[in-house]
Amino acid sequence: MTQQPRHVVVIGHGMVGARFVEEVARRDPSGERVRVTVVGAETEGPYNRILLPEVISRRLDIADLALPEVTAPGLTVRAGTAATGLDPAARRVALDDGTFLDYDELVLATGARSALPPLPGATDASGAPEQGVTALRDLDDCRRLTALARPGAPVVVLGGGVLGLESARALSELGARVCLVESSPWLMRRQLDQDAARILQARYARLGITVHSWRVAARWLPGTGLELDDGRVLAGDALVITAGVRARVELAKAAGLHVEHAVVVDDTLTTSAPRVHAIGDCAQHPGGGGGLVQPGWEQAAVLADLLTGAAPHARYTGARPATRLKAEGIDLVSFGDAAAEDAETVTVNDAHGGRYAKLSVRDDRVVGAILLGFPDSAAAIGQLYDHESPVPADRLALLLGNAMPETAEAVDPDAATVCRCNAVTRAQLESAWLDGARTREAVAGATRATTGCGGCVRDVNALLATWNNGQPAPAPA
Amino acid sequence: MTTTHCPYCALQCAMRLEPGPGGALAARPADFPTNRGGLCRKGWTSAEVLTVPDRLTTPLLRENRGADLEPVDWDTALDHVADRLRGLRESFGADSVSVFGSGGLTNEKSYLLGKFARVALGTSRIDYNGRFCMSSAAAAGNRAFGLDRGMPFPVTDLDEAEVIVLAGANPAETMPPLMGHLSAARLIVVDPRRSATAAEALRRGGMHLAPRPGTDLALALGLLHAARLEGLLDADYITERTNGFAQAWRHAAAWWPERAEHVTGVPATDIRAAARALATATGAYVLTGRGVEQHAKGTDTTSAWINLALALGLPGRPGSGYGCITGQGNGQGGREHGQKADQLPGYRRIDDPAAREHVAAVWGVDPATIPGPGPSAFELLDSLGRGDGPRAMLLFGSNPVVSAPDARRVRERMAALDLLVVADFVLSESAAMADVVLPVAQWAEESGTMTNLEGRVLRRRKAAEPPAGVRTDLEVLNGLAVRLGQPPARFPTEPDDALAELRAASAGGAADYSGVTPERLASGEALYWPAPAGGPATPRMFLDAFAHPDGRARFAAVEHRAAAEDTDPEFPLVATTGRLMGHYQSGAQTRRVTELADAEPDAYVEVHPDTAACCGLAEGDWAQVTSRRGATAARVRLRSDARLDTVFLPFHYAGEQAANNLTNPALDPTSRMPEFKVSAVRLRPHATRR
Repeated sequence: MTQQPRHVVVIGHGMVGARFVEEVARRDPSGERVRVTVVGAETEGPYNRILLPEVISRRLDIADLALPEVTAPGLTVRAGTAATGLDPAARRVALDDGTFLDYDELVLATGARSALPPLPGATDASGAPEQGVTALRDLDDCRRLTALARPGAPVVVLGGGVLGLESARALSELGARVCLVESSPWLMRRQLDQDAARILQARYARLGITVHSWRVAARWLPGTGLELDDGRVLAGDALVITAGVRARVELAKAAGLHVEHAVVVDDTLTTSAPRVHAIGDCAQHPGGGGGLVQPGWEQAAVLADLLTGAAPHARYTGARPATRLKAEGIDLVSFGDAAAEDAETVTVNDAHGGRYAKLSVRDDRVVGAILLGFPDSAAAIGQLYDHESPVPADRLALLLGNAMPETAEAVDPDAATVCRCNAVTRAQLESAWLDGARTREAVAGATRATTGCGGCVRDVNALLATWNNGQPAPAPA
Repeated sequence: MTTTHCPYCALQCAMRLEPGPGGALAARPADFPTNRGGLCRKGWTSAEVLTVPDRLTTPLLRENRGADLEPVDWDTALDHVADRLRGLRESFGADSVSVFGSGGLTNEKSYLLGKFARVALGTSRIDYNGRFCMSSAAAAGNRAFGLDRGMPFPVTDLDEAEVIVLAGANPAETMPPLMGHLSAARLIVVDPRRSATAAEALRRGGMHLAPRPGTDLALALGLLHAARLEGLLDADYITERTNGFAQAWRHAAAWWPERAEHVTGVPATDIRAAARALATATGAYVLTGRGVEQHAKGTDTTSAWINLALALGLPGRPGSGYGCITGQGNGQGGREHGQKADQLPGYRRIDDPAAREHVAAVWGVDPATIPGPGPSAFELLDSLGRGDGPRAMLLFGSNPVVSAPDARRVRERMAALDLLVVADFVLSESAAMADVVLPVAQWAEESGTMTNLEGRVLRRRKAAEPPAGVRTDLEVLNGLAVRLGQPPARFPTEPDDALAELRAASAGGAADYSGVTPERLASGEALYWPAPAGGPATPRMFLDAFAHPDGRARFAAVEHRAAAEDTDPEFPLVATTGRLMGHYQSGAQTRRVTELADAEPDAYVEVHPDTAACCGLAEGDWAQVTSRRGATAARVRLRSDARLDTVFLPFHYAGEQAANNLTNPALDPTSRMPEFKVSAVRLRPHATRR
């Protein structure tokens, strides 16, 4: 029985749309179940947006951001083409080149665009950024900022969320003089508590990045800088605005789909229209996950399972929110809700050492954590949180990780194994010595010690030296 | 006194066998570049295997499945086997008969076993236990370099290294004398467990990266990412000596260290530090072991480590490189001479017309009569006694009811055969199931050649006569072949006659042994293959060019993927399996050595104390470990440095204590390697054992 492959149309060829195509190709490499058409407005191929700060710091070139190329029998990519209309009843998408695509299943992966706040002087009458102003969302933003930011040049970053902090760090690595302005009372307001944010701010200050929290930008003065609500002016050749994103939902809204702040989807990633799906930043799932790429990738895998029939019972049940700052020299991670009610909490506040750790546990499971400057416990707690595994009894040891002082275990010196490979104890070496073995070769012949990995040669030589010098004499066997 | 090599692992330590106090032979270390006078406890006690009390000295045969194995003479046993094989072949075709070999067999035996299957039986159904050992590394090595020689450099080259990554390898436990070559270097050990090797690395200022089992592919991609962002790649080498970097990078680009941390549990700072240490060392090596390879994505994971080595410009240069640490004694030679389902001698492909032509000429047969490729080891075992699957199996040097994954299923399949013939020197767990057991000579009772982990061909020398009533594997093959109508000269019984034929069959192949003469072996020359007749051997490969037609190495565009099964509330822990210093493979030999058996008499499971407490278990308790496939009994051993989510079991034990009752037979799409290293399990106090 051969069936015509079903036609899946994907709107949007960004990180999540491209990942969906990859996941489909992995499950249906011959294209016998589905053929895929991807419509992408950008003429350049899909790229890795997460690494834009690495281009700003000159660690990577724009060409290094390209995503894996997928070639599959049923795959068509229509770059530089935008969808202009969607008719779910007719299962048809209208494109800006005047053509149409009929689909069996439609996937919206239109993503989000930067939100530019209403800041006088920052945008022109059409809403486009003024001279010196840029977001950091796409390649054009990246090129604009690369042209503006030079070693020694003053740059202002507006927005103290993850992208703002990563951009500020990348700019400072480049050698720019960076200020960061955050309108809420502290940095990463959604992920950190105030104590953690205070330490983070101090660490940024040590890296030469001045943070102005709880300050509202008043206006952008091209050629001069950013004026704050207290009248101070921060010098800036460039203003990088990282003030959040808005889902691209125009197509879905016009088609009458249920849209709140993004296109509402259920656990099968289906919108209010049965054959229309949404994944990534344009989708809104009750379990959250917007704004991070990992949940979008997980959604792409689940939807690929469903639409290829590889796993018809696959479901997306929500994200385990985890935020990991990608900034050279700063180890910061936040999981879940560190201020959860009814949770046991362990907190280490080491402002002097620039470290802060908070762990919230309920029913022996991690419900939230903030870890600044604890790189190895951040990794360990992340695994417990992700796999919902039981937390060990010693919470403080978990929190401190390698920072925990080691406790020495009492060892009986005679029973101690000197040569692991041949299971030779100190007592056996002693009796060999008493029997007349005075050199390492003789001891090796009698006990086999030192003949395996050789790691105990030094220990055996030291014991022999002690005994041969008669201090202290071994106890009689 | 006889100087020979150890019967166990691929390091092939040199040893002297000389009469001990009671007259029986005893093993003493001998000087040789690989072991430099060292031996581990397995080597020291190896001679005891020659005199085990339950040594088989007469063929055994059972008249029917309900009957006991009864002693018979050799003619009765061989006639019976030949009659049954002939009958099955006539009724059901040549593929109704199968052969299963071993990476422990000499080159001569491996070669003649493959020839026996293809010529005397005409079957395509032959594979070997090396599939469970080296196949992923072999596939990745072939893909990257165009050729697979575990270490394409002498092991002594490691002495000078500054940094060595040991990914999924635990030589301090499995191959102790190798550690002597790693003592100068700073070690970066990648292992979910704080293994003896990992502890040694930390003791000496090295690093231990402990990823969740099944995530090391992501870790290798993260290391490549970190090295690139630090500006540490060797751009000239990538341009001049490799292809495919751009595509490989596109996958690694998605594995920034923080994301790799999230999936692996290895701190991003450690990933960066390890990348920096490896990339800035003068003299750096990446070595992989079974921990990397024994996965349903083992080939891609090995490729990811090779990609890292290539991006840093290590392979094919003196003083740096990539290598895989071969496991079984002849794991290297065993994969080159035709006991693998898809290969002919000299590491030739069985579907290559020129290769078939060459080998057919040496064998004196029509190339058209040589069967095509057959199924891989687990697929072969899983097909026994089913529909089109084989109805008979001849088993040499292997104990799959202990060492194959999903052991219970393998036992069921072997029980479903019409005829199981096992050649062994003791009644192993697999031999106990056989219809016919053929008692054969062992290691020090016959001579031959072995190829060690460096690709160096060694002489194994005879030190004792086999007990009366015992024959060699070569004599068994000859006896069966003649009864199946083959001319006797086609299946030589003298190892050097087999070697002479092997040399001709391998001549011009990738693994060219044509220059491996008894004279050159006797002279002590270091015969690293390719060793063509009349030419020098090859201690270091790839210095001028890699073995692909364009001379370049190839990056593989690999992406991380999840393990074949994940943990869930019912099976919340990950079990991983491995080896102990005191035992070898299925333990059929080492469990019979008093000193070794006494040291580790029971299977055990390493568990973090908190995890054990959650399961109601304490130190020394018998636990029942259960996966979706089966259960095993093991004593609890608490390890406070264990990962909370991971338990470890050695796989050398049999029956109710077999770790392979748990393991997942999900196969790698390229190498057909089963997923030994990741099984979702639960832990409970054992219901009956106390």
